Amino acid sequence: MRTTPVRLVTMIAEGLLEDRLLQEIQKLGARGYTCSAVHGHGTRGISESFWEGAQVKIETLVSPETAERILDHLVAHYFHDYAVIAYVSVVETVRGEKYL
Amino acid sequence: MDTLEILRANLLSPLVLAFVLGMIATLVKSDVEFPEPIYKFMGIYLLLAIGINGGVDLAGTTFAEFIWPAAAAIFLAVATPTWSYLVLRRVGRFDVANAAGIAAHYGSVSSVTFIAAISLMESAGQAVEGFIPALSALMEWGIIVALFIGRFNLRQGDTSLGEVIRDTLTGRSVVLLMGGLLIGVIIGEAGYERIEPVFGDLFRGVLVLFLLEMGMVAARQLRGFAKVGAFMVGFGIIMPLLHGIIGVTLGHLAGLSVGGSFVLGAIAASSSYIDAPAAVRATLPQANPSIYLTSSLGITLPFNLIVGLPLFYLYSQQLYRWWYAI
Repeated sequence: MRTTPVRLVTMIAEGLLEDRLLQEIQKLGARGYTCSAVHGHGTRGISESFWEGAQVKIETLVSPETAERILDHLVAHYFHDYAVIAYVSVVETVRGEKYL
Repeated sequence: MDTLEILRANLLSPLVLAFVLGMIATLVKSDVEFPEPIYKFMGIYLLLAIGINGGVDLAGTTFAEFIWPAAAAIFLAVATPTWSYLVLRRVGRFDVANAAGIAAHYGSVSSVTFIAAISLMESAGQAVEGFIPALSALMEWGIIVALFIGRFNLRQGDTSLGEVIRDTLTGRSVVLLMGGLLIGVIIGEAGYERIEPVFGDLFRGVLVLFLLEMGMVAARQLRGFAKVGAFMVGFGIIMPLLHGIIGVTLGHLAGLSVGGSFVLGAIAASSSYIDAPAAVRATLPQANPSIYLTSSLGITLPFNLIVGLPLFYLYSQQLYRWWYAI
């Protein structure tokens, strides 16, 4: 089967940022996303302090340019003050045009 | 009852005992845990029940009786975060974001303390005005006042304060308390009789479970205790005492009963633990959550439940005795 490489951007953030991040990544060009409640431990210890609203993991398949824009946006608005991590991986998918 | 007796009665009430049990459970690392949906459900139930009960009692209240207590609540919502902010800045030497973040907690209402205060009045057989839940909802504005002070001083403008105002006013405590009041007014005594088994009889039992959970939540915040420092420990005890005394006095001046003045004092003394942390995290992310969460939940909440409430009640009773002795 023919597959196309696309970028998988994964963000793990404080639960209260969920709505904001989802709106913003869509504005930046993401056409869809998958969202799940997760828990874990990070350097800020926010997940231990806030008992309401778990951490959230947002995954989205996008073009390299959109992935770049999302990361730039996170750097500019979130990394300094909030407990957020993000990483990008290259994944192979069928129907690549759906995401690009 | 004398002072010691009231303190002892409060200490041995099922609510405080459950709260202490929750704290112990967490401190010994027991696996006691409420699933989040159940904890949320209990919060919704308690707030709605208080709203409905208040609404049913509202029958016969005139607007004139409500207006001065409402003015007192609005004054407290503006004044308590403002002077908390000033004390934190000047005396505590906190930066703007942390001072405003902590002030937002101390300027708004803790639903647990509010519900516990109402319940204490019930068990003491002391009547409370039906519109008290509306006063509690009004005092949620304290969060907005504090965040406004913080944002104004930081000249920060990237996320809109409008969103915070909307979130606060549509938050669960405001919607359930005000919505419950309305339901109570509409259904009246006759309608209430049919739902009484759920919203009346079960109330105190559910509150015991809820306080067990809150004890665990409070104890979890004690980990940050070492980080908050002596100033915050003092602030977390002295501020609620001061706010409680001012609240009871204002309630009395506004024409509230012994019970009503006491509850106004209790909510003035209380420090928010759900709405304020979320709002502060969203608008002033540079403020350190372990400071405001530890002081609000780890220090002020247990202090109010165990010592503050009986003291404010005694003060409210004493104030009335003085008043009528003159």
